[in-house]
Amino acid sequence: MGASQTRSVHKYQDLVDRTGFSLEQIKNLHKRFQHLSGNEETISKENLDRIPALANNPIKKQIVYAFFDKRNQHQDEVGSFEEIGFEQFLMVMSHFRPPTLKTTEEEKEALRKEKLRFLFNMHDTDNDGTITLEEYRKVVEELLSKSGAMGLEAAKAIADAAMLEVASTNVPHMAPDDFYEGITFEHFEQILKGLEMESRMHIRFLDVDTTTMRCGKSTS
Amino acid sequence: LFLICRPISNLNKTEHGHGSSVTGIPIVKFKWLHVESPYIIALWILVAGLGKLVIESNHHVTSVIPESALLICFGFILGGIIWGADKVQTFTLTPVVFFFYLLPQVILDAGYSMPNKLFFSNMGAILVYAVIGTCWNAASLGLSLWGCHMGGAMGDLDIGLLQYLLFGSLIAAVDPVAVIAVFEQVHVNEVLFILVFGESLLNDGVTVVLFNVFEAFVSLGGSQIDAVEIIKGIISFFVVAFGGSLVGFVFGLLISLVTRCTKNIQIIEAGFVFVLGYLSYLTAEMLSLSAILAIVFCGMCCQKYINANMDERSVTTVRFVMKLLANGSETIIFVFLGISAIDKGIWVWNTGFILLTLFFIFVYRFIGVFFLTWILNKFRLVPIEFIDQVIMGYGGLRGAVAYGLATLLDEEKIKEKNLMVCTTLIVVYFTVIIQGITMKPLVNWLKVKKAAVAEVSLVEKVQDKVFDHLLVAIEDISGQIGHNYMRDKWNNFEKNWMSRILMKPSVRKNRDYVFKVFHQLNLKDAMSYVAEGERRGSLEFIRNETALVNFKKKFDDEYSEIMPDITADMSDDQGGMSSMRRDPVPCVSLEMHKQTMNGVRETEDINSHHLLQQHLYKGRKQHRHRYSRTHFDVNKDESEVQEIFQRTMRSRLESFKSTKMGVAPPKTISKHTKKDQQQKMSNGKSTDKSKSYYSGDEDFEFSEASESASGCDTSFPMRVTYRAGAGIENPAFMPDLDPMSAVQIPPWLAEAELDSDMVAPSERAQGRLPWTPSNLRRLAPLRLSTHSTDSFVIADTSAIHPPPPKPPGD
Repeated sequence: MGASQTRSVHKYQDLVDRTGFSLEQIKNLHKRFQHLSGNEETISKENLDRIPALANNPIKKQIVYAFFDKRNQHQDEVGSFEEIGFEQFLMVMSHFRPPTLKTTEEEKEALRKEKLRFLFNMHDTDNDGTITLEEYRKVVEELLSKSGAMGLEAAKAIADAAMLEVASTNVPHMAPDDFYEGITFEHFEQILKGLEMESRMHIRFLDVDTTTMRCGKSTS
Repeated sequence: LFLICRPISNLNKTEHGHGSSVTGIPIVKFKWLHVESPYIIALWILVAGLGKLVIESNHHVTSVIPESALLICFGFILGGIIWGADKVQTFTLTPVVFFFYLLPQVILDAGYSMPNKLFFSNMGAILVYAVIGTCWNAASLGLSLWGCHMGGAMGDLDIGLLQYLLFGSLIAAVDPVAVIAVFEQVHVNEVLFILVFGESLLNDGVTVVLFNVFEAFVSLGGSQIDAVEIIKGIISFFVVAFGGSLVGFVFGLLISLVTRCTKNIQIIEAGFVFVLGYLSYLTAEMLSLSAILAIVFCGMCCQKYINANMDERSVTTVRFVMKLLANGSETIIFVFLGISAIDKGIWVWNTGFILLTLFFIFVYRFIGVFFLTWILNKFRLVPIEFIDQVIMGYGGLRGAVAYGLATLLDEEKIKEKNLMVCTTLIVVYFTVIIQGITMKPLVNWLKVKKAAVAEVSLVEKVQDKVFDHLLVAIEDISGQIGHNYMRDKWNNFEKNWMSRILMKPSVRKNRDYVFKVFHQLNLKDAMSYVAEGERRGSLEFIRNETALVNFKKKFDDEYSEIMPDITADMSDDQGGMSSMRRDPVPCVSLEMHKQTMNGVRETEDINSHHLLQQHLYKGRKQHRHRYSRTHFDVNKDESEVQEIFQRTMRSRLESFKSTKMGVAPPKTISKHTKKDQQQKMSNGKSTDKSKSYYSGDEDFEFSEASESASGCDTSFPMRVTYRAGAGIENPAFMPDLDPMSAVQIPPWLAEAELDSDMVAPSERAQGRLPWTPSNLRRLAPLRLSTHSTDSFVIADTSAIHPPPPKPPGD
């Protein structure tokens, strides 16, 4: 390990600049990454699927997919990875970095847009720039699939209603024959204008090593 | 207004003598003493209410000066009048009345309407402010005053260090009543509000403990205090605070359990909430725990379950009665705070003491807030901004709780009680009036982030949920235990265990938050739909996109289900239709709304009549049972959504018909009918069906045709239907209008209306005028036969090809 230590520190420094995480946070996340991948260089969907805490998450599929989505890598590529390395893992994680006191208004606005884009990408599975009704329905159905006896029908109805809501706010005067193809990113941004993002969608990434606190899982 | 209260105090004195001087058998006796105390209480409530009415009637004043400040001033005036009449202050705010009868409902309401999620996600900060902040305020104020006393700043006063600390502890706490009253009118952002508000609620535990401990210390005397006593004091803090919360929690669960099985006593189920809530307060008080904490937690725990368990009307009742009691108490509290001031007995002026107290309270509050926020910001994910801190510091309002505690002081032990009471009053007036008035300009001037007043939208709620799950997942993947992780665990526990026990099984499935919002939005739309329709005299609608949005949803799924439903309605109607036809009254009431009639409308009316008889008319009839105490309503299985749904279905049929007749869909119904009738006219003046043809057969055929045809109506955009649904609500009023309208609207008048509309008399008008010779002359079998074959053709073709209904959204 000793020889690779200096190399990895150098590599981390590069990641600090690009993701905005602190060195400690990156080290922590790297530990977690290795734990998840079983000390491999890359991580696959199955690795993430196996996380026990995720089992109850209704939109697990979408979230796991988001990690393998090239659009979430701050680059202009599209498509999806089969496996991702630590760098990609960190890039996705960096969407959830909380702002600091020093963050300026413009930066905050940019962060907000970035986060919205992440959400949008989660819905837009076929990557064509619009969330169609089918795509939206799918997410809503899965989202509500775990909540009690609410049927698929109700979920579908909610998705439809929400979709029409977007349609009616963004295109207020639709001719009877018009057809609303789907939510574009601009519409998405518009409709979620009121959503409190500044205090949400952040994760506290701890500086200290938490693996010792999770005794059961750190042993492997 | 002021005259009312004068007699009270006068009567109070004068009538004592009169009661006994009656001889013989009195026919009318004046028994003032008999009713004295409830009478005075009722009058006071009335006076306070009227005072509020006067104050609130002028919005120019209340937009500048908060209501609480005005109420205190109103109290000054009332107090002055009483003082002028009695020369002694008869009415003051006594601790018993305040703590037992006025405070609980204000706090219960605060707990019941508490945004739980927001509260618990800021719990840490709230606790820091409430516990450490309050201790800091108390200690710093007490010590500073003592220091100034030692330095000789306030002359000769018989107050020791412990008494200063006692005074500090009673005045340290931010008052929930005052905070609610002032912050309600300045809509600051919700985090800031919950921090101030939560602090004001939770610091009661600290205040009670500090007050009790220092009072005990004062009676023990300085020499007897040792480490053991101090440790006892600290332990008692935890007992009082957590014990109080626990009592509230237990009672909250109890309320939830009780409301789970009150199905058969719906009328009084709302009462349980209040009685058990009050009992939680009294129980905590009895066990010398924090009563305010108990009732806050009681309200917070039960809100979710009672809202789900109880009938919707009971929930509304609870909500309104809660607000009524809270608002009423608040009014009375402020009025009495004002009245209490006009009392020569309590005024002891000591410039040094009073001014220094004011100064220290103000300064230390700011110091405390800044320091604690500085520490908190190191740990908070989203730091509290400087401007928010300023408002938090400025929002440290003192109120009636402090005054109540001050009057509880024992004069035996504390020689300068009156000075303390009067200083407390001045502090209260200063904070509520001066700071209350300047709060709004300050908030505007500093550009504090205000609460967003956004409409609830379904998309947002769905995204909210996506967020929650996303955050938990990211925490899981990154292998950390954070807020989201804990919240998720709690939600799971709550869903799996608590709601299983505390909630009716029938409502559990509908309790998903997104679904609830969905339901509420639908209800709102349904109501605006009806309101809009009634405003126009009918449900004829202009395009309404919002209504469209939500009506759509159910059709997609239940489209196929409703079809047989309506068919059944129709066949049922066959018999009843002819009888209804002969009844002239429906026509009259419809004419009142200036509707032009034609065959299509006719059909629809029968439909709607039937539907509405099921839905609306029943509801109306049941109002006759309102004298019964136990059965308020029998008809509860029909949801409004269902009703709207069926209505809209019907109008959908109508719209289809209109297209079949060659009328462009975007045109309004009135146009359509005119054209339709002109068509008929050109067909050889055959609009008319005289009485002999009124078997209703033709209409029935027609309706069948259109209805089966609309089965294949998939290309039709939904929005057309909303326009077409004209006049649906009219039949609903028919039965009630029956006896009157038949007399009121003479047939010729109705006909004149129609004539002025440049159309031939509709069948309705003629149906009522079978005796008119002109009508008989116009009897034209030819037209009728063509018409019926027409409809038969339509019926046949559509029966042959019934494509499956397809959701229009696709």
